[in-house]
Amino acid sequence: MSRGRSSAAVKLSEAAPVFAALGDETRVGLLTRLSTDGPLSTTHLSKGTGVTRQAITKHLRTLGRAGLVRDRQRGRETIWELEPKRLEKARRYLDQISSEWDAAIGRLKAFVEEESN
Amino acid sequence: MPETLNSAPMTDTDKIEKKVFLNAPRSKVWRAIADSQQFGEWFRVKFEEPFKEGATIFGRITNPGYENVKLEMVVEKVQPESYFSYRWHPYGVDKTRDYSAEPMTLIEFMLEEVNGGTNLTIVESGFDGIPLDRRAEAFRMNNNGWSGQLKNIERYVTGT
Repeated sequence: MSRGRSSAAVKLSEAAPVFAALGDETRVGLLTRLSTDGPLSTTHLSKGTGVTRQAITKHLRTLGRAGLVRDRQRGRETIWELEPKRLEKARRYLDQISSEWDAAIGRLKAFVEEESN
Repeated sequence: MPETLNSAPMTDTDKIEKKVFLNAPRSKVWRAIADSQQFGEWFRVKFEEPFKEGATIFGRITNPGYENVKLEMVVEKVQPESYFSYRWHPYGVDKTRDYSAEPMTLIEFMLEEVNGGTNLTIVESGFDGIPLDRRAEAFRMNNNGWSGQLKNIERYVTGT
């Protein structure tokens, strides 16, 4: 069995800030909006959130530091868009644990259903 | 890609929920979960003691690749034939690391009788409390150890 410190481990430590960035409802909400409506300005993203523009900017910067979004200037506006590769990594974490449960449930199913026969 | 954002794991990093229909009587499913010997059969772990509310139970994993790794389980609640819960350290498979000070995740099994079979719901929650480096570790372990297990799913689980 080989589970040494592979290149995968390096990639994973990289993924850690992603989880921190996602641990907030407002930030997840911002990501969801960017995913459905495409690149948006800070002004746009602040509308209807009930949160101040300054707070939204702070959240967006947190997402930016985690590599989840990137920004560019358009005139006086900052435009934000998703960095999809990064999100993929974070999503895979729970997917993997989830697949372990699938395997265990598969064995449980076989265990209880075989014995029924 | 946009659609990945709308999937459940993306918006909820704290828990995993599984539902499955088992074509077996509820009493049988209950024994498979609440009897530590039977639990060990399908979960691939060997326990020395029975599960008991409030008890900390130790076991040894028998899953290929993780043989003899120690597993610690704190049994929370046992409500016969309907609810069973315990806590553990998810992916506490690094023998050189002491997990005892770290928060545990809560695993809940909920059973419901239906059409001559049993609906089983499993929820593991509390991942947001797990240190970030550990989550990365779990991911690494999974990536190396569990990818092959994926193929078993299709063979056993139907309609999920």
